Amino acid sequence: MATIPLEHGTRETPWTLPSRGTVAMSCLITAESAIFTIFVVAYLYYMGRDVQGPTPREVLEVPIFYTVCLLSSSFFIWLAEHAIDRGKMAAFRLWWGVTILLGLTFLYGTAAEWYKLIVHDHLTISTNLFGTTYYSLVGLHASHVIVGLIMMLFVMAFSLFGAVRPEHAYRVKTLALYWHFVDAVWVVVFTVVYVVSR
Amino acid sequence: MAQASLAHASLPGSIFAPHSTPAHEEHSLSLFVLSICLLIYLGVSGLLVYALIRFRARPHDNTEPPQVFGSLQIELSWTIIPILIIVVLFLGTARVLFSVQDAPEPPTALDVTVIGHQFWWEFRYPKYNVVTANELHLPLSTKSDPRPSFLKLTSADVMHSFWVPQLGGKTDVLPNRVNQMWMDPLETGLYVGQCAQFCGPEHAKMLLRVYVDTPEDFEKWIKNQQRTQAELAQPHIAMASMANPGNQSAGPVPPNSPPTHGTVAATTSTEATDAINPRNGQLVFEQQSCISCHTVAGTVANGRYGPDLTHLMSRVTIGAGAALNTPGNLEAWIADPNTFKPGCLMPAMHLSDRQNAQITAYLLTLK
Amino acid sequence: MADQSLPVGHGIETALDRTPVHSGRGTYLEVVHSWIVTVDHKKLGILYIAYALVFLLVAGSEALMIRIQLIKPLNNFVSPFTFDRLFTMHGTTMVFLVGMPILFGFGNYLVPLMIGARDMAFPRLNAFSFWISAFAGILLYYSFIGGVGLAGTGSAPDIAWFAYAPLTEKAFSPGHTTDYWAIAILASGIGSIGTAINIVATVFCMRCKGMTLMRLPLLAWLYATMSFLVLVAVSPLTACQAMLLIDRYLGGHFFDTQAGGSAILWAHFFWIFGHPEVYVLVLPPFAFANEIIPVFSRKAIFGYPAMVAASVGIGFISLGVWAHHMFTIGMTSFGNAFFTLSTMLVAIPTGIKTFNWLATIWGGKVRFETPMLFSVAFLFQWVIAGLTGVMLSVSAWNWQLHNSYFVVAHFHYVLVGAIVFMIFAAIYYWYPKMTGRMLNETLGKWHFWLMVVGFHMTFDVMHFPGLLGMPRQIYTYEPDRGWNTLNFIVTIGAFIQGIAVLVLVYNLVHSYFRGEDAGPDPWDAWTLEWATASPPPAYNFAVEPEVASRRPLWDLKHPEDPDSAFE
Repeated sequence: MATIPLEHGTRETPWTLPSRGTVAMSCLITAESAIFTIFVVAYLYYMGRDVQGPTPREVLEVPIFYTVCLLSSSFFIWLAEHAIDRGKMAAFRLWWGVTILLGLTFLYGTAAEWYKLIVHDHLTISTNLFGTTYYSLVGLHASHVIVGLIMMLFVMAFSLFGAVRPEHAYRVKTLALYWHFVDAVWVVVFTVVYVVSR
Repeated sequence: MAQASLAHASLPGSIFAPHSTPAHEEHSLSLFVLSICLLIYLGVSGLLVYALIRFRARPHDNTEPPQVFGSLQIELSWTIIPILIIVVLFLGTARVLFSVQDAPEPPTALDVTVIGHQFWWEFRYPKYNVVTANELHLPLSTKSDPRPSFLKLTSADVMHSFWVPQLGGKTDVLPNRVNQMWMDPLETGLYVGQCAQFCGPEHAKMLLRVYVDTPEDFEKWIKNQQRTQAELAQPHIAMASMANPGNQSAGPVPPNSPPTHGTVAATTSTEATDAINPRNGQLVFEQQSCISCHTVAGTVANGRYGPDLTHLMSRVTIGAGAALNTPGNLEAWIADPNTFKPGCLMPAMHLSDRQNAQITAYLLTLK
Repeated sequence: MADQSLPVGHGIETALDRTPVHSGRGTYLEVVHSWIVTVDHKKLGILYIAYALVFLLVAGSEALMIRIQLIKPLNNFVSPFTFDRLFTMHGTTMVFLVGMPILFGFGNYLVPLMIGARDMAFPRLNAFSFWISAFAGILLYYSFIGGVGLAGTGSAPDIAWFAYAPLTEKAFSPGHTTDYWAIAILASGIGSIGTAINIVATVFCMRCKGMTLMRLPLLAWLYATMSFLVLVAVSPLTACQAMLLIDRYLGGHFFDTQAGGSAILWAHFFWIFGHPEVYVLVLPPFAFANEIIPVFSRKAIFGYPAMVAASVGIGFISLGVWAHHMFTIGMTSFGNAFFTLSTMLVAIPTGIKTFNWLATIWGGKVRFETPMLFSVAFLFQWVIAGLTGVMLSVSAWNWQLHNSYFVVAHFHYVLVGAIVFMIFAAIYYWYPKMTGRMLNETLGKWHFWLMVVGFHMTFDVMHFPGLLGMPRQIYTYEPDRGWNTLNFIVTIGAFIQGIAVLVLVYNLVHSYFRGEDAGPDPWDAWTLEWATASPPPAYNFAVEPEVASRRPLWDLKHPEDPDSAFE
């Protein structure tokens, strides 16, 4: 947090400003939310309008396990943030690593699901409206997971070299905010795709 | 074809010359809104002019005026008054909006289906089994004999928009969707308009001509449009069509056609096949790929991609208004439509001049 | 607070740096290099502005070619294919390569200075955003050479600036025109979002001591609101362009009407971007008016809190009006009524701002140098533009006006009459700060009067063909509709505006070398950018300022009557 210290004593209250990283990441999250909203709206608009091809109910299996992995990773990353706030770097590395593993598991789950849909159910992005909107929406989310994981792997690597220290807590937490956003988006996507449209 | 006069000759597209109920309602609303806006403009700009003159800096005066930071009462007043103006405007708009858009269709209404194409208009009258193109005929509607026309609009390709200003506002024409509008023309005459949604290179030449006829004239027009070319045609044309070796009868044989008499085909002499007459024209028309795009009811031609030509000569223009329907223009169009409408979707067929002339001769018989 | 040794005064006096402008500049190559690798908000701001001015000339030439084609009916100056490319590129260029960059340029330059900061929150992101926007423009114009090349005008986009589906689907646009449009704008959108994030972070996190949010210059408030709108509005455009590319290259069906897709969905998505976008374009000019009108009326802005509320209110309401571009597309009557009402509602905060400007002038001592001339014209023209907007919001009347030249006249009234005029005002007002030289007043007045004559000749008259049934985006028109003389006059006015812009360009170049020395504060103004040298040193302020009111320099200059006594 960038707190500007009081110098002349002419102000009654200390001069504090919000932190740049948090504000900037919140702005990015706002913009990304708008993008996701558009893809969700397209998915909902076209729900039930297909005249041919597989329907969600026919081919989608609810990915409970992988969802639990992804959503629990938010808890583990919170543990990592907690650890670095207290200077416990070993614990930080542990929880950070668990988060990455859970994220990778989720990605594996998406890949396995897409394999089944393409090879066994013959559902591709060009099959019908469901195919188009499903792969775009879930794919957009998965791409954000990938970007998040890449950033987290960088942090992991830096941390293994000892370059991440407690004074970097603020930067790490900015990235963690992104990760929480990715998980929150999954809650929406999961609800729309696997609950509402099935 | 009776030449109808433009209903408001010098300004035929004016939205201030309404000739149908929706257009009238929109017109009255527009005058109401215009007057309010004019008053607001005069008030605000008047104050601004006054302020700029009265409070201009005098030369050599370097002192600052008294600093005024704001006033809650003034802020409230110029918040509340605009809100009231907006309430009035909104209610006036809502009244016309609901009355025009949600008007119920009476049983005396005429149903017309409008299909937009790149770059022409298809019109169908489902109750009468009539299909035509580019020039729409509607019956007059009066208080004593109301006959509004209810249009269902859709597109065969991209987005278009149907706009004939004197008969009403425009309605967009979308693929995969049917929109609805209505008009009750209150005066006979010709009304012009054009496509109002950019749809490609020849959007500018996708013109509309709406002929509003008296009920009697309208009936006459419908009856003519309902006749197929098999009924209207000369016997030799019907026989030529049936004897054409390349003829796949895609449709039912017209009931009154004369029986096939074996080889009643065109004679083998070159002179005869070279002659520029409607029979040879029909042969060429049907042998070339004209029939894959165009329909001439009662013959083998039943293509749907281009305009229906069954009663081509009942129209005043060709190419959706790109040119007048004269023999010369018709022949030039067939030779290369791009001379009138570069970018239209009918290709130049690269036929010989003779073939073009023959086809023209045939088309001239499609009254 | 009647403290005699105001921290404000102390900080500002020592912040004033009189380093001469051209000392220690280095070789030519070093100078060019410093501009390419710069992360300094001032240099990036000037790069944005210069880039935009180049494209202003390009898009203006496209407009002149359009007007030559339309000067008389059935004209043959350009083919319909070329004409379609001209109006598509004119619109796309003006919005994305002129409007957005020039406004981001001013924002980049002014926001850190006016809040007493040393630079933007993320200088490297700033540089990245500029260069990706610049790349986008070059990519878009490269399209003229792609395809069959310049004479056939290559693959330059020809699908109209709003690129309605399904005209843009592969079936109806088999070439690459749509792809150039989508990819170039996608890239420019990334740049815009980057700058928007930067501006919001700067305004909230980089303010100097004492500058609470309610002491923020209105320019900073408006740029923060505009940036928020960019975040929420440009993203939908990015999304639907991605969908379009998925349709075109991966076989998707988002807008593929032949496979069940919807044309109306594109329209909704595009206008969810498109309407807030025009507010993105108009809020910074409002910001300029908020700074210039008070200084030239010699009075504080009237109703600062109301102005803040109105500006933020415009931002929010503008997110809910988009379907007023779609009154004819076949929404239900309830939908049409809703958007009529929401659009009319946006007139209320806009009216509040206009009346506040009027009240600022009222009781002042108005000086009519060039920045104020353009601001005065802006005020009159803005009222008309807003009123024709209200007319267009009347959905039942909109059914006649939509897609006609009335709409073209309305939005050019806003874009040129309000936005461009205020941009010109801003150029005359802040050029001295950016270069240390004054722009020539005589040339400025020529520029102004030529613009006024040309603008009104073109855009006042242009309303009438629309009222007489002339649709937009047509490459020619029938001679018997009564549109001929009107179109002729419109074209002449366009050329007069072209001459006016050339006068400006000459003034910009000439004054850089021979303009009068400006000094730090040529206009006797009150915000922090005037408290440092012209042009400012790289670090902006030698000592971080500390402020006690909205007009720190007024407090300095009028210690007997400081604003801080009234807050």
